[in-house]
Amino acid sequence: MIARLFFPLALFVGLAVLLWSGLGKDPTILPSALLDKPVPEFVTTKLREPGVDIGSADLLGEPYLLNVFASWCASCRIEHPVLDAYASRGELKLIGLNYRDQRADALAWLDRFGDPYAEILWDPDGRLGIDFGVTGTPESFVVDALGIIRYKHVVPLSPDDMENEVLPRLKQGAF
Amino acid sequence: MRALLFGLSLVFASAVWAIDPLPFADADQEARFRVLVAELRCVQCQNQNLADSDALIAKDLRKEIFDQMQAGQSDDEIVAFLVERYGEFVLYRPPFSGMNVLLWIGPLLIVVFGGIGIAAHLRRRARTSVTAPRAPLNEDIDW
Repeated sequence: MIARLFFPLALFVGLAVLLWSGLGKDPTILPSALLDKPVPEFVTTKLREPGVDIGSADLLGEPYLLNVFASWCASCRIEHPVLDAYASRGELKLIGLNYRDQRADALAWLDRFGDPYAEILWDPDGRLGIDFGVTGTPESFVVDALGIIRYKHVVPLSPDDMENEVLPRLKQGAF
Repeated sequence: MRALLFGLSLVFASAVWAIDPLPFADADQEARFRVLVAELRCVQCQNQNLADSDALIAKDLRKEIFDQMQAGQSDDEIVAFLVERYGEFVLYRPPFSGMNVLLWIGPLLIVVFGGIGIAAHLRRRARTSVTAPRAPLNEDIDW
């Protein structure tokens, strides 16, 4: 008798918990397949210095935030002041990945809104973006000192995200 | 004359745009491409496959798949390349392994156990109605 009463109740509670937990999730945000894996090996050109190469090996040794941005990306303008503030206070090493952009457009955009990046990788055709599993802009990756991807963020970063998600992981990643 | 040339060039420019810009080596390769892009999911728009999607990233991925085909990669190698970067999410037919097994056989389990439950319930009800027939509803009512 107890089992007959209990079983539907357990089934209901189980389903309710499962469905309820799904409600708050954004189904458009994919988990990164690269989480806890090394940054893909690459060599590309620096945005600000045409003809000068920069590769994954050059970025080892210090944790950094890799930020995928583009001059045509409207929501990048929302997070840009946030990144700018943290980088100008020296709180993080910020690396840019300029995604599917014209060099002149990107440089003009940085002139206008500020340039907080220590280095900027130029990815005019989006090929480097594919290696990072980029689905759009903006996206940001926390990479530790050994070059392992520790966190991925796919919507504009807010000051809250910086304090709660990004900075703690950058500190942990310094070893 | 100049205006005519200009007009003609516009006409031909649009004609060039209308043609599928991927120069396949042969019909076979094109068929492989069509199957592959229909089975892979767009990572941005998500409820479309790569073939249907207009998103930038879908265009880039179609180009990447095409380039890899020209480089002689097999379908499996191309799919593995994408899964490595975007996860099993890109597959409209996820592999029969790990937690995906639940995905594949879950509906079957629900039908089987649900069927058993319904059968048990019906049998029990049939039995009780045989041993204890319901009293006619209006038996005690004095009209």
